[in-house]
Amino acid sequence: MSAGLLHVHIPKVRTLVLVWLALICLTGLTTGASYVDLGWMNIVVALLIAVSKASLVAWIFMGVRNTTTLTKLFVVAGLVWLGIMILITFSDYSSRTWTYQAQPWATNPAGGTSR
Amino acid sequence: MATIAQGTPEIAAQEVNYLNVEHGWKSWLFTTDHKRIAILYLISITLMFFVGGFMAVLFRINLLEPEGIFSAETYNRLFSMHGIIMVFFFLVPSIPATLANFLIPIMVGAKDLAFPRVNLLSWYIYVIGAFLTMYAVIRGGVDTGWTFYAPYSSTYSNSYVLAAAFGVFTAGFSSILTGLNFIVTVHKMRAPGMSWSRLPLFVWSNYATGLIQVLGTPVLAIVLLLLAFERIAHVGIFDPNIGGDPILFQHLFWFYSHPAVYIMILPGMGVISEIVSCFSRKRVFGYNFVAFSSMAIAVLSFVVWGHHMFLTGQSVYTSIAFSFLSMMVAVPSAIKVFNWTATMYKGSVSFDTPMLYAFGFIGLFTIGGLTGLHLATLGTDIALHGTYFIVAHFHYVMVGGMVMAFMGGLHFWWPKMTGRMYPEAWSKFAALIVFIGFNLTFFPQFILGYMGMPRRYHAYPPEFQALNVLSTAGASILGIGYLIPMVYLIWSLKNGPKAGPNPWGAAGLEWQIQSPPTTFNFDETPIVTEEAYNYGPLEEVVG
Amino acid sequence: MAETITPVKEAAVENIRLRHHFATPAQQMDAATLGMWTFLITEVLFFGGMFASYAVYRNLYLGAFASTSEYMNVVLGGTNTAVLICSSLTMVLAVRAAQLSNRRHTMLFLVLTMIFGTAFLVIKGVEYHAKWVEHLVPGFNFHYPIPQFQQHAQILFFLYFMMTGMHALHMIVGLGLLTYLLVQAYRRVFNANYFAPVEMIGLYWHFVDIVWIFLFPLLYLIGHRK
Ligand code: HEM
Ligand SMILES: [Cu+2]
Repeated sequence: MSAGLLHVHIPKVRTLVLVWLALICLTGLTTGASYVDLGWMNIVVALLIAVSKASLVAWIFMGVRNTTTLTKLFVVAGLVWLGIMILITFSDYSSRTWTYQAQPWATNPAGGTSR
Repeated sequence: MATIAQGTPEIAAQEVNYLNVEHGWKSWLFTTDHKRIAILYLISITLMFFVGGFMAVLFRINLLEPEGIFSAETYNRLFSMHGIIMVFFFLVPSIPATLANFLIPIMVGAKDLAFPRVNLLSWYIYVIGAFLTMYAVIRGGVDTGWTFYAPYSSTYSNSYVLAAAFGVFTAGFSSILTGLNFIVTVHKMRAPGMSWSRLPLFVWSNYATGLIQVLGTPVLAIVLLLLAFERIAHVGIFDPNIGGDPILFQHLFWFYSHPAVYIMILPGMGVISEIVSCFSRKRVFGYNFVAFSSMAIAVLSFVVWGHHMFLTGQSVYTSIAFSFLSMMVAVPSAIKVFNWTATMYKGSVSFDTPMLYAFGFIGLFTIGGLTGLHLATLGTDIALHGTYFIVAHFHYVMVGGMVMAFMGGLHFWWPKMTGRMYPEAWSKFAALIVFIGFNLTFFPQFILGYMGMPRRYHAYPPEFQALNVLSTAGASILGIGYLIPMVYLIWSLKNGPKAGPNPWGAAGLEWQIQSPPTTFNFDETPIVTEEAYNYGPLEEVVG
Repeated sequence: MAETITPVKEAAVENIRLRHHFATPAQQMDAATLGMWTFLITEVLFFGGMFASYAVYRNLYLGAFASTSEYMNVVLGGTNTAVLICSSLTMVLAVRAAQLSNRRHTMLFLVLTMIFGTAFLVIKGVEYHAKWVEHLVPGFNFHYPIPQFQQHAQILFFLYFMMTGMHALHMIVGLGLLTYLLVQAYRRVFNANYFAPVEMIGLYWHFVDIVWIFLFPLLYLIGHRK
């Protein structure tokens, strides 16, 4: 192909079907895992499975593996920003009680929301 | 700065340009030419600016008397609609959708933005958003403040919150589309030889703005949607009476809205870089630092939002972190100010109108930025939060900064956009009036805030009256300062002297094509061989 | 960039639908790809706002949230997950067929994708209906069987309807886009040199699938089941 024309990556059907199979299996796994009591680990397992499924879809089906570094960078940036939003918001909720339990004067006498 | 492959544009008597190539309203409403869309945006945001400005006039009149002239209810609606219109319908699209829309393709050497039809779509979305908001205005307005704080907005307010919120929600998408278009254009549409290190700083700053628009605005959309559903269905997502958490609203709102204040300043900073360099006839000092500081601002602006929430019950530890990070974001802003100053040092500075606005920007933005540091300091914010000090702070950056930059940029590129010059004396006079009026309006508000006058009240103790009268007087001068350019700029469209391709002798691709440009900007794709701002030591170029 | 320039005229011969402001098909494709991914980033943050809210309230009201799993239909939710995964497979096969200029297969797989997409929406509709019957629609008829969780469970159901509703809306838009692709494919627009719309809408479709991949465990599988 001459310069300036498209560079096409055509995936193998076998790969695609294997990914599909893996996704179906992981769906079964995540459902099954929810029937086992792992305590707080349940959510971790569920999220880990979801992240691996999402990665499979992105990497193979969406063809991230064949894209430019720039596109990969953009994908990562999107996820990092999502992380920033959730983590910093969470830092507030998780550290509020530090003060409120240790310092009786800091509790709100009017009640407010319980946390 | 660059050489155009084939010849210089000829100035014929009947030259074809983007304005006269087609006629009739259809040729405007269905255009995909980025320059025409920029003009459509320019007209729309100017209308919104005067609507928002009119409300400011009314509430400044109210504040002439300590007990107020209008009812508290009316006053609340006036300042809320003023804020909503000015922030979302004027300041956010101000420079990106007009000047940058017009200039970015030309500056990178392209025929158009990457997605011309998306560009047009963004204008239509903006207009729909504006109509929704104007509907809210006509029905009686909103009284929540531009921040839409829940649960007041979701449960208690009986004003037209839904219409206004949907208006802002809609306008958000137009902002997203503009940002997306800029990002892709800068990445993929640069002419051969236009490397990242040769991009004009205006392009850099709008690229950074695009990133913020794309990463932040969707969160505003979703938080307004959640708010709307809470208002419609009374489900407790933010209202503490029904199990919600109002602070979550503020987290999500400020996750967008702090970065958004940088949407409202970064493009202005880009304009100032262009102007300062041109009228000092020097390359911008420390190009790399200025370019990089735009990116640093874009990133850091996303991790400081909690400085708006120091007094909400946000965890003290989180507040400390936010306070510290807010200090960091001032660093790249300061870098820019230092570099502009250094650019002027030993340059041959001339005092044309755009440069006057640039001077105004640098001084006023510095005051605004430094007072931002007072507010970002945990201890002092406790006293200053919710006072007129805040109002003064953000007007120094938004009006003293961004609106000054917008006016400066408009005057700088007006000859390019219209092919005409405006009357020099009048424009200098207006710039002076704006500067005086601005300071007279907002400096007293620093003092009022320091003395403890709370914002968002229709009445105040009598001892604050003198400063309030001063502020209202200043506002009327400022208003005149904005009306004068309206008149002479429109006048210049027909009567101004022809500008020629490069009236300022400026470097940059946009100055090497005819004014106004042709529809596809360049006859041949330009090949860039030089750095930006290549002002020779003793260059004397006059277009 | 400089080395990828081909004169427009030369390339235009090959039915590549090069728009006037691009220099080469590769530039046009690159721009489309980057534009689509940028758009998907905005979608990530759009849904992200809801995920953040979910995370906060799940953390605050874990008990109430866990109790709602009782009322979620795992069979239907799981089936829907599988249906969507199948639709992603057929979508990627449609893109592949377009890349190979195989018009018949492109159309076949597009139709299959649409069938799966519609099946998803039908199943979702059945679930929504069940929620209405069980008085679990927040704001309109919400009566939670466990009184002390009434308020906090309502938040979960509100988020459930917001998130799945937004997701379903994206599916509906996706079905519209697929219809457009089908018409274009029928008109022989796509070929090995021009398939950007199929690929871009494919990206969108997969993204919507990914959202569901997170929604399923987070909404249906909160409480541990026996
Ligand atoms: C130099 C860095 C800056 C810092 C450290 C800073 C800091 C702050 C802080 C801490 C507040 C909250 C005060 C309070 O409510 O108690 C604030 C408010 C505000 N700032 Fe800045 N700021 C900076 C620059 C800017 C810029 C460039 C803009 C806009 C162009 C801006 C616009 C605003 C607005 C609109 C508000 C008021 C929001 C409201 O309605 O409550 N700031 N700033
Ligand atoms: Cu801020």
